[in-house]
Amino acid sequence: MTSLHLIRIALAAAISACALPAVAETVVRIGMTAADIPRTLGQPDQGFEGNRFTGNTMYEGLTVWDLSAADKPSEIIPGLATGWAVDAADKTRWTFRLRPGVTFHDGSDFDADAVVWNVEKVLKQDAPQFDASQVGVTASRMPTLRAARAIDNMTVELTTSEPDSFLPINLMNLYMASPAHWRKLYDGVAASVADPKERSKRAWDAFARAASGTGPWKMAGFVPRERLELVRNDAYWDPARRPKVDRLVLLPMPEASARTAALLSGQVDWIEAPAPDSISQIKQRGFVIYANEQPHVWPWQFSRIEGSPWNDLKVRKAANLCVDRDAMRDGLLGGLMVATTATFEKGHPWHGHPTFEIRYDPDSARALMTQAGYSKTRRLKVKVQTSASGSGQMLPVPMNEFVQQSLAECFFDVELDVIEWNTLFTNWRKGAKDDAARGATAINVTYSSMDPFFAMVRFLDSRMAPPVSNNWGFINDPEFDKRVAAARHAFDPAERDRALAALHERSVDEAAFLWIAHDVGPRALSPKIRNFVQPKSWFVDFSTMTIAN
Amino acid sequence: MLIYVVKRLVLMLPVVLCVALVCFLLVHIAPGDPLIAVLPPDASAELAEQMKHVYGFDRPLPVQFGLWAWHALQGNLGTSIATGRPVAEEVSRAVGNTVMLAAVAATIGFALGLLFGFLAAYFRDSWIDRVVTTVAIAGVSMPHYWLGMVLVIIFSVVLGWLPAVGAGPGGSTSWAWDWAHMRFLVLPAVTLSVIPMGIVTRTVRALVGDLLTQEFVLALRAKGLAETRVFRHVAKNAAPTATAVMGLQLGYLLGGSILVETVFSWPGTGLLLNSAIFQRDLPLLQGTILVLALFFVVLNLAVDVLQAVIDPRIRRS
Repeated sequence: MTSLHLIRIALAAAISACALPAVAETVVRIGMTAADIPRTLGQPDQGFEGNRFTGNTMYEGLTVWDLSAADKPSEIIPGLATGWAVDAADKTRWTFRLRPGVTFHDGSDFDADAVVWNVEKVLKQDAPQFDASQVGVTASRMPTLRAARAIDNMTVELTTSEPDSFLPINLMNLYMASPAHWRKLYDGVAASVADPKERSKRAWDAFARAASGTGPWKMAGFVPRERLELVRNDAYWDPARRPKVDRLVLLPMPEASARTAALLSGQVDWIEAPAPDSISQIKQRGFVIYANEQPHVWPWQFSRIEGSPWNDLKVRKAANLCVDRDAMRDGLLGGLMVATTATFEKGHPWHGHPTFEIRYDPDSARALMTQAGYSKTRRLKVKVQTSASGSGQMLPVPMNEFVQQSLAECFFDVELDVIEWNTLFTNWRKGAKDDAARGATAINVTYSSMDPFFAMVRFLDSRMAPPVSNNWGFINDPEFDKRVAAARHAFDPAERDRALAALHERSVDEAAFLWIAHDVGPRALSPKIRNFVQPKSWFVDFSTMTIAN
Repeated sequence: MLIYVVKRLVLMLPVVLCVALVCFLLVHIAPGDPLIAVLPPDASAELAEQMKHVYGFDRPLPVQFGLWAWHALQGNLGTSIATGRPVAEEVSRAVGNTVMLAAVAATIGFALGLLFGFLAAYFRDSWIDRVVTTVAIAGVSMPHYWLGMVLVIIFSVVLGWLPAVGAGPGGSTSWAWDWAHMRFLVLPAVTLSVIPMGIVTRTVRALVGDLLTQEFVLALRAKGLAETRVFRHVAKNAAPTATAVMGLQLGYLLGGSILVETVFSWPGTGLLLNSAIFQRDLPLLQGTILVLALFFVVLNLAVDVLQAVIDPRIRRS
């Protein structure tokens, strides 16, 4: 190629560049329901909204959720690990093979030492990076994990306290933060701070302001309590999940009407959880409402302590047959709920084949109540504790009043005990025998059903009764315990699914809860946002969306 | 005058101590788990105990209070449980935003309140008085969060003139006194100004109306003093009480409004308190309340001193 030819090419390129219009940065601004930016240091707070916005965007776990489809339940897929296996001889030892070629946002390599470092940040109290504030939201979500050891640069061994087939699912809650970046910040703490714990605390505080994970989005700006700006990570290891939008701006807006106003005035392009009564106005203005069944359950959890009326299976089944969930959905919730038939709906691998069908059948409900000894004149008094508001509670008081009115048709007299959300949350942990229950025989606390422990084990396993976990009603059924153990010890995924389905079947046949609704995670998006998929999950993938011109 | 100020400063100490103690006890007596922000309810009992120990919540209450007060005296208000950030940093940023909002709201509210109050008093029982009184009553009666929502619907959603939420295009840390930023301040400031405007109007109307009927005003007019000079005498006599009322109102505004700041997502002390309450973030709650209480006490002192400067009778008493 002659130098003259090269000059021609260069000139042509320069002219073309000048002729092209400047490409504007594409930005999506999101109004979150949170009152503050969820923590950005790797283990977010504020429940799954935190994981959605500051967890899965900037960080990843060894396993991640597949969020690519809207028509099937999300599954766990390889993330920063490419594969894993449990030791055939010792089922408490797992080997995870790590994904090669992954780097943190600061440019350091992801390897086995990084995994060990991240496990120890929440499990090893004498590790320099141990941070008590990250323990609660992590350790409770992987309760059996005990230790990690690097076998080689790209292989790590994890040890659990007991055989636990749920470990790969639970590990999506342990996000990998950059040890090299943290060390740099630790070393940068003023020399006058001599206490290693204080230095560690300051290093984490600095890390939260300049985060470094491996995720598809990188932190670009952070104003505590006001805004978080994320930009596309062009070096992300999965080309298919490299974001198509340049920048995400996350804004906390706890008030539903403020979020709606911000959307309608063009201040943001996306809001979480628009108020149900604003949906029609939002649609009229051309915005698009996305909703899909979430792994979320809005139930009544029954007390099963001595003397509780819910110890009678006929009464539990009657309650489940007496609520017109479709009317609640179409009337009260404006379509923004799924009427439940169980914790997992048909089509879910853990649904199984329960024989008891949950539907609206007040005649059968009354017949069951009559068999249980109740009638129009001999009514059953029950008391349920609920909250006035709260994360995931949807519209707790109107929904409970709806249930109250429905059950009144089936010889129930329901008393509502409405208390503050955090107090209810604390009471949930104390159990039905505690004075905090104030005589309630049921409690209405919504929960996530993304993984087996959260969805079933903590409620049905007798070992999970307070103060250990959330078996509020002290369910003590050897058959549940047996099926929980079978699921925990089933290490083949298909076998584990079958065991979980068997556990779920039993919970439905035993009417372990009064199941009412699944939330649908409504959000309103500007019509210019395209290629967004709302999966059946609490989480979404921000990488796929594009902006129309 | 110096003795007066010193006396007032000494009297402040027990008030501050009582405020600190009451707010400490209140947040601890309230039901709920202080570790709820970092410890989900499904956490094991062992983990819950471990976390209580790490955060010091397993110590007796007097020890907890003593430690907290000792650190607070040194300017260390602790670390937020939910965010891990120093409380002093969180509170100072929020206070700055609330002060800015309160100052603008107070300027609007007091200016309009004084103007309306004098107008109503000078034109007592006329149509001007009736209009002003109606506006003032509406101002003190209207729930301001509701007014905020209405203003947002009109000026943000329908007309698109002003932003609905936030504290500037890049957040409050990049605040500048230009229109791009100040437009974020207009709706929350107007919303907050309505109550002080109403109260100041009513106070000044009553005060000035009363003063205008007094004999010294008659004497001044009989002397042939120009009405502007008479007005100056009336204003000076009304000033101590009006200043006290405005001082109290400024105190309320500086305390931040949980509702208004939440409606406008304005990152001030109100929004901070809202967040701290819902997250049961005790160090943040205690620190914020303490700082706000100190604000109120100092502001009261400033108003008292100002009154004493204006009116020598107060000094002498």
